[in-house]
Amino acid sequence: MCLAIPARIISLEGDRAVVDALGNRWRARTTLLPDAKVGDIVLVHAGFAICEVDPQEAAQTWELFGRMFQSEPATGDLGHQG
Amino acid sequence: MGPGRDHISLADIGQALRQIRSACCRIQRPIRIMEVCGTHTVAIYRHGIRQMLPKEVQLISGPGCPVCVTEDAYIDLALELASKTDVLIATYGDMVRVPGRGGSLERCQPAGKVQVVLSADDVLALARSNPDRIVVFLAVGFETTAPATAVILQEAIESDIQNLCILCGHKLVVPAMKALIDGRNTLIDGFLCPGHVSVIIGSNAFRQIVDVYQRPCVVAGFEPLQIMAGLAEICTMLAEGRAGLGSVYRAAVTPDGNIHAQQLMARYLQVVPARWRGLGLIPQSGLAIRAEFGRFDAVQRFGLAWPDHRESPGCRCGEVLSGLIWPDQCPLFGDPCTPQSPIGPCMVSSEGSCAALYKYGRHVR
Ligand code: SF4
Repeated sequence: MCLAIPARIISLEGDRAVVDALGNRWRARTTLLPDAKVGDIVLVHAGFAICEVDPQEAAQTWELFGRMFQSEPATGDLGHQG
Repeated sequence: MGPGRDHISLADIGQALRQIRSACCRIQRPIRIMEVCGTHTVAIYRHGIRQMLPKEVQLISGPGCPVCVTEDAYIDLALELASKTDVLIATYGDMVRVPGRGGSLERCQPAGKVQVVLSADDVLALARSNPDRIVVFLAVGFETTAPATAVILQEAIESDIQNLCILCGHKLVVPAMKALIDGRNTLIDGFLCPGHVSVIIGSNAFRQIVDVYQRPCVVAGFEPLQIMAGLAEICTMLAEGRAGLGSVYRAAVTPDGNIHAQQLMARYLQVVPARWRGLGLIPQSGLAIRAEFGRFDAVQRFGLAWPDHRESPGCRCGEVLSGLIWPDQCPLFGDPCTPQSPIGPCMVSSEGSCAALYKYGRHVR
């Protein structure tokens, strides 16, 4: 339940963002990160950005997710809460 | 480990293993490390980390699955609320299957009474689109989800949303770690600390465990190489006979955490004693809605009383969560207790200690 996913902020209005990870897009709030801006990569947990992460770190996680979901398609439950 | 060590390569995993082996040689006894966080538990099984480690290193799954530690009285209150005609329950997905005394939300409620949300933000939208109902949000989770609850409280107050209230069951990680050492379990040598909780509370939050209880604490993310590097750092500290505070997740975790989130939590929520399933009452380990915002507290609004505390008969989750027994030492494990029909909470969430072992195989514990 405490898994956060790195995603890039692709649009931002106030504290309402649309984020993207590996082509998946969803809505997230940046209320907890007042300085967040478009283009930032943030960790998103249950619909809220909780911190900024650097691009290299995010790329590693994305690669791992890509591999995991390929090898284990039935277990999308890890992190289904965001 | 210095900054920049987060980008651990495959060569580093060999390095981490060598470090662990050499620590084992020096220590010459079993090393018991608790991974506090359920997300770590799942990652450890999924990536086969136990099989990589020398047999002296034992990983114990701690109380880090928020669903598993939610007491049955909470579920019973949720069921009572759900039975009211004008109430709509909004909850994170895992909660619907947790058994209370009177069954689970999933089993006992007709469709339409319980709405699964992915984000606390959806709760506000639900309240707005259901003006004729009172939306009750089941706010559970550690410091990762608690700030979001503070945000919806803030917004409900500012926008004067009156048909929203919260059954607050948030819990705090560090007090539970203290209780585990204070209690009967002195077998834990060190803690692998949760990465994303630490994003909020900061790595310094574990300083008291290190200083007062002399247990190494290392914050790690959820990738296999990070977990290995975290374990290696703990083992090295143990071999050197010192308790230190470490982090192999500096890309996301700062010493002080997300101050803004902490301030929001402090403004709307207050620290209270809380009952943990299996572990009992732990001082200063939970969050409740501050008295001045009591109208948003579901217990107050509906004039409810907390039911008496009771554990599921026969379930040994308490001992599992404290690392005293392995899940498959519970006589109910696998029969009749399975993820499809859980007896105790540790079998409910995919991150529960019992469910993770059940799913990923008993031979690898
Ligand atoms: S196997 Fe089931 S009954 Fe036994 S401790 Fe785990 S959750 Fe409780």
